Amino acid sequence: MAAGAAALLASACGGRAAPPLPPGALLAPRHELGHRLRDGGLPRATEHRRRAVVIVGAGIGGLSAAWRFRKAGFDDFELIELETTAGGNSRAGENAVSAFPWGAHYLPLPTRESRAVRLLLADLGVLKGDPDAAAPRYEERYLCFSPHERLYRDGAWHDGLVPLARAGAAERDEWRRFQDRMDGFKRLRGADGRRAFAIPMAQSSRDPQLLALDAVTMRDWLVAAGFTSDAVHWSVHYACRDDYGCDYRHVSAWAGIHYFASRDAHAQDADPETVLTWPAGNGWIVQRMLERWAPPLTAGALVHRVEPRPRDVLVEAYLPGEDRSVAIAAQHVVWAAPAAFAARALRPVDAELGAALRAFDYAPWLVANLTVDESPRDRHGAPLSWDNVLYDSPALGYVVATHQDLASRRGATVLTYYWPLCDEAPADARRRLLSTPREAWAERILADLGRPHPEIRETVRTLDVFANGHAMACPRPGFVWSAARGRVERGAARVHFAHSDASGFSLFEEAQYRGVAAAERVLASLGVRGESIL
Amino acid sequence: MLSPRRVDPDGDLASPEPPSPGALSRALLASVFVIAACGLVYELIAGAAASYLLGDSVTQFSLVIGTYLAAMGVGSFLSRFVRAGLVARFFEIELAIAVLGGVSAATIFLAFAHVPASFKFVLFGFVTLVGVLVGLEIPLVMRILRDRLGFRELVANVLSFDYLGALAVSVAFPLVLAPHLGLIRTAFLFGLMNALVAAWALYLFRAQLAPLSWRAAQVGTVIALLAAGLAGADRLTRLAEEGLYADQIVYARSTKYQRIVVTKWREDVRLFLNGNLQFSSRDEYRYHEALVHPGLAALPGARRVLVLGGGDGLAVREVLRYPDVESVTLVDLDPEMTQLFATAPLLRTLNRDALLSPKVKVVNADAFKWLEASGEYFDFIVVDFPDPSNYSLGKLYTTSFYQLLERRLAARGLAVIQSTSPLYARKSFWCVVTTIEAAGLKATPYHALVPSFGEWGYVIASRAPYVPPGRYGPELKFLTAEIEPALFSFPKDMARVPAEVNRLNNQVLVQYYEQEWKRAPVE
Repeated sequence: MAAGAAALLASACGGRAAPPLPPGALLAPRHELGHRLRDGGLPRATEHRRRAVVIVGAGIGGLSAAWRFRKAGFDDFELIELETTAGGNSRAGENAVSAFPWGAHYLPLPTRESRAVRLLLADLGVLKGDPDAAAPRYEERYLCFSPHERLYRDGAWHDGLVPLARAGAAERDEWRRFQDRMDGFKRLRGADGRRAFAIPMAQSSRDPQLLALDAVTMRDWLVAAGFTSDAVHWSVHYACRDDYGCDYRHVSAWAGIHYFASRDAHAQDADPETVLTWPAGNGWIVQRMLERWAPPLTAGALVHRVEPRPRDVLVEAYLPGEDRSVAIAAQHVVWAAPAAFAARALRPVDAELGAALRAFDYAPWLVANLTVDESPRDRHGAPLSWDNVLYDSPALGYVVATHQDLASRRGATVLTYYWPLCDEAPADARRRLLSTPREAWAERILADLGRPHPEIRETVRTLDVFANGHAMACPRPGFVWSAARGRVERGAARVHFAHSDASGFSLFEEAQYRGVAAAERVLASLGVRGESIL
Repeated sequence: MLSPRRVDPDGDLASPEPPSPGALSRALLASVFVIAACGLVYELIAGAAASYLLGDSVTQFSLVIGTYLAAMGVGSFLSRFVRAGLVARFFEIELAIAVLGGVSAATIFLAFAHVPASFKFVLFGFVTLVGVLVGLEIPLVMRILRDRLGFRELVANVLSFDYLGALAVSVAFPLVLAPHLGLIRTAFLFGLMNALVAAWALYLFRAQLAPLSWRAAQVGTVIALLAAGLAGADRLTRLAEEGLYADQIVYARSTKYQRIVVTKWREDVRLFLNGNLQFSSRDEYRYHEALVHPGLAALPGARRVLVLGGGDGLAVREVLRYPDVESVTLVDLDPEMTQLFATAPLLRTLNRDALLSPKVKVVNADAFKWLEASGEYFDFIVVDFPDPSNYSLGKLYTTSFYQLLERRLAARGLAVIQSTSPLYARKSFWCVVTTIEAAGLKATPYHALVPSFGEWGYVIASRAPYVPPGRYGPELKFLTAEIEPALFSFPKDMARVPAEVNRLNNQVLVQYYEQEWKRAPVE
């Protein structure tokens, strides 16, 4: 009887026969098409046309270049995108319940250096009034509603993301010391007078003392700086996984500190930590950009040849639906796709640039969208928030797509679950990502979410998984300020690099900056006059 | 009575005409299975009821299990003192468990509702008593069986059936019993099973259980009692709920959005939503007159009125006193709420058929979403939402909401907003005022005493400065021109305090409200 009584704890507090796995799809980037680029043998062009500019890639970099062209009144360009929809790492989906992100789900308040981001947000009605104001005003319904975030640890939800709920005085002191240190970096300027850590990163100081931080790992830097507490280490590791998809033992300290020290923006009616968000995440911005500036877009086409010639660049794109290629003679190419693709398409390519384009490591990510009949309910602890993080989890937790809904009642919603696979080398994790069936991922995700939400499995209607093998460039030690990244940044004759890879890490602001900068270089060389908005 | 064929050390086991020994053993082992299942179920019920009523399931389950196991140990120990009349004792214990276990859930729930002070005493009293009795049971069964089975076989069989019974229940309880039958019915059902074991024992050992008719009557009574409990479980649930609400419940329903309960005691009708009092018919006229007339009486010629929230139709009733009003749009989330107040005779008397008036259009929608989609203009808008007690409701008190409200207001229109108590939740009240001002509107705060709620606050929002009407219809029971200045005058203990602006991205009001009502006196 005693054994039976002990067994009841398990049965009364959780264990139930599991209902069947919810249905869903496994989505992935178009590997087959990408691999054809590697394998060659694509048909030569049967159609030839001319265009002043071809933009390759319709993520934030490419769309921002198109936006900049439209702002200059310049329309002789077209966009070619490999995937069937635009957006890149800001792609999104939608079903009967809500729109939801498949990638980046928020934008921190843009700093004064991110002037182009502020102008874009002003164009979209997100930023009101003067975009150059020290603390601009933002449309309230796009600022993340309260409550923002919570952390699940030891069976309870706590407010905020820093694991301080059970910390002693020493640990709290150390967390404050870490914040003070990062605030110091926010104010710090290098010997050249530039901010030590700026967004866009290109505007950061080149002071060798600061760039030396790129040589060590974030974890080693923390330890050397005397930070040993769980609160600091967990939070920094979480930040590196969140922004770079990488373990903090494999992230450059320059990049790790950049996360905390570059964002010093203010807003008129919001805390500096507030973020801008939408049900579709940054896919909302993508959608508005497509609607407002309607760039001529060919989606689902593979650019397999970019050949700079004395007077122009030849761009060949393969259209799988028609099994033929088109050739476009362009004055300039804005390359807004990952560096790895350029390494294959660009020819001839000098050895230095070729090696630089191949020097990138990419972090594999798994993103899942769970459509649930009922929003998760908790009778105790911090209430359901926008960002819900699990302390003991390899994943980052989930965001609630309907968080920005004005309606009072919470009903069905979509939970977006993020999981950067950073517990092994990127290539190994990528193999695991691509060889594991959806059902196995779904089981693990439901087991992880089942800890705070035992009822989750019964409420999930669909569970779709997106396996992105090459989600973001890893800012591994020594890479951000390497000669290789600098070489990619400079591009080739008539080929302007406009992907966030040029910055060495995947941020919306970086992609947008690169897109606008590339567009402005093109406009200048085509003789279109105008002032830089950067 | 015939003399025993064989002398038993415990006195009375063997019977002159026993059932075949094999069948008897099987029967007793089957009863071990049932007994084990019942024993575990009462423990589970107590644990589940405690965590349901008190929260913190790990603590509640641990305490219940610990107490129960300890009580079983006591029971086992006590079994050594049972020397004679083993079968009779077994029969009596079984019946006692049937009664105690059967009524346990109902008693625990009723105790929580009606004698909350002694709830834990009742809970752990039941757990201890049932534990002791169950602990007594198994040793007795083993001793009864001792002579039929070898000791090794006996222990093995009894323990396996014990564990099997526990297994069956531990699987059935979370999957079938708790979700489908509910705790109260489950307890009665298993009580009946204990009673049936007792009845079966009575049949098997009829020779040793004289006086038979008396014992049969006992079993019959217990079975009848438990069956009645099983049949009346719904009533018992309501009885428990009525204890939570002081008066008699005349209507109770769980809708998609909330739990609606209407109580009536003599002439006093009360509405509760999710357990929170919304109005008492004894003084709701004070609340609703103060809500509607300072604004609407100041708007001669107002034709189009919007009421947000207020599905009880009582604000609409006040609005309909103005013959110039041509249309009233009532937006309330819950169709069952507006349906109830449009149909139930008791409630129709209260709102004087307001929701049936041809001038009134009822819309069941989320107010924020509806307002955003609306293109109509209104001369007067009544905002009568529940207090901002959570983040979902807090959205309805933000700058974004008041900006939308402003867009729907006619050029010289007014809006009035119920704004919780300026006395108990002073900072919350002035936060609403500050937020309305931040949305670009003039805010005129006022207050009235509603005995059921205490001192209550309202804010008039307008584009132009608001001037009180200075005259009120003679049919009103509370408002007069004489008391009007008192409404707009704030005594020192309710005077303005600085507060932040409530926005969607900070929801400071919910935090103020939570802090202030935690401190507020409980009625």
